[in-house]
Amino acid sequence: MDWQGQKGAEIVMQIMLVVFAIAGLGTGYAIGSFPTMMLTYAGGVVLTALITVPNWPFFNRHPLKWLDPSEEERHPKPQVNVAAASKKKASKHK
Amino acid sequence: MHSFAYRLNTLLTFSLLLLAVLFGAASFLDAFNSPLSASSSHVQASAQVLKVNRFRRQLNGADEVSLTFNVSLDVQPLFTWNTKQVFVFLAAEYETPKNALNQISLWDHIILDKDQAKFQTKVTTKYPLIDQGSNLRGRKVDLILHWHVMPKTGRMIRDKLHLSDFHLPEAYT
Repeated sequence: MDWQGQKGAEIVMQIMLVVFAIAGLGTGYAIGSFPTMMLTYAGGVVLTALITVPNWPFFNRHPLKWLDPSEEERHPKPQVNVAAASKKKASKHK
Repeated sequence: MHSFAYRLNTLLTFSLLLLAVLFGAASFLDAFNSPLSASSSHVQASAQVLKVNRFRRQLNGADEVSLTFNVSLDVQPLFTWNTKQVFVFLAAEYETPKNALNQISLWDHIILDKDQAKFQTKVTTKYPLIDQGSNLRGRKVDLILHWHVMPKTGRMIRDKLHLSDFHLPEAYT
């Protein structure tokens, strides 16, 4: 699952659960049946799990674009880092 | 959210939190369904003592009474969608010089269903009325119906209703 997919899965999960909870409470109260509320909500939780827990292909539509390794060779690390590192070493030696 | 287990964990945690919220809401809505004073005015009940089966003094000096009485009950208004069961018991309450209130359960019943919440029956005392001492001759005894409404979620509602009173005979049988 890529970054966009993870964000999407979390939002979908929360919205679906809240919607099913409200729907369950509404139907249960309207019909006057506690088991109906429980079943509606349980069904919603299972459905949400099926949609958001497995790593479905639609959560992988935004793969990260890594740079090609050859790019690194063409753009070596700036020397400043090396200088800073040597400074640190020097201070340690003191 | 990067792995299967993390997503499952998130889902279970959040769904259980919402379940707790649902139960809280059900309990809250119950207050509207049956007014908090789900009370005396809604419940129809009566009880009459038909016969004193036995009235004696036990060897240890305590008075013991066995009664037969008619009970008619209608506690249907107490049932809401969040009601698991209603426990009713008929208590004999009287005053003696030693105790300001003696309260003895004579008969009880668990009502599981609204359809069974209206009935009339003739019962003998399930539990004998035994006094702490020998004070029952000629004593005025009140019959009080107590009920506990036990919800599926939320708090238990308790209430009572005075049904009738009677005087025990002056002599043992």
